[in-house]
Amino acid sequence: MVGGGLAVVTLRNIIHSAVAMMVCFGSLAGMYALLGAPIVAAAQVLIYLGAISVLILFAIMLTQAGDANLPAPFHRQLPIAIVVALAMFGLVGWAVVQTDWTALGPIVGTSVEAIATALFSTYALPFEIISVLLLVAIIGAIYLARRPEEDERAN
Amino acid sequence: MGIEGYLLVSALLFSIGVFGFMARRNAILMLISIELMFNAVNLSLIAFNAHLPPESNTGAVFALMIMAVAAAEVTVGLALVIAIIRTRQTPEVDQYSDLKE
Repeated sequence: MVGGGLAVVTLRNIIHSAVAMMVCFGSLAGMYALLGAPIVAAAQVLIYLGAISVLILFAIMLTQAGDANLPAPFHRQLPIAIVVALAMFGLVGWAVVQTDWTALGPIVGTSVEAIATALFSTYALPFEIISVLLLVAIIGAIYLARRPEEDERAN
Repeated sequence: MGIEGYLLVSALLFSIGVFGFMARRNAILMLISIELMFNAVNLSLIAFNAHLPPESNTGAVFALMIMAVAAAEVTVGLALVIAIIRTRQTPEVDQYSDLKE
């Protein structure tokens, strides 16, 4: 999975990067299933593998006519980026290793039923807000993706 | 594998996302890097949630909500990126220099 993640940011061809992203997300779904959260694994497969990957692939196909191989994939910020990423991993990794995790209990699975109950009782308001947010995002995307000439025709 | 393994993988994935966001020049790839960071956070939430007692599902519910927000974000982000690529004819972010002095 980490290999897939690394391939995402290092591959030159952006379509290869998108396929590596799908590999990475798919193995993440497997990790969710290992952690006893099958509903999140299913949502991961549906949302990321099904929706977002296809959306990104569509965007790549729409925007890259002709040869997709660009001469230099990296920005000139590359050294700074390496330093920042390594520092972040070092810091978080150090915190993880230094902490004593023995107080945690064993891995217990979460049932779909319990998540559904929590989602519709305790977290009902955030759930509704999320649906409004998605509606706003859809309207915004349609507005942004409209071509200018259609805009004039509508007026 | 204990929780350390999952958290280390999550930290590594987040760092890869940060690196990709800062180092790549393609606007779509920067969006993909943001998705990697979202997924790293989701993984750590699920890892913590797995060790909680079964009656508390906060981590899983949060992860589901992050997924919904990520879907909304990538929708608007890709629409913006496509709009800007259509006007500028290039996905390279360092060529968007209209506002440069």
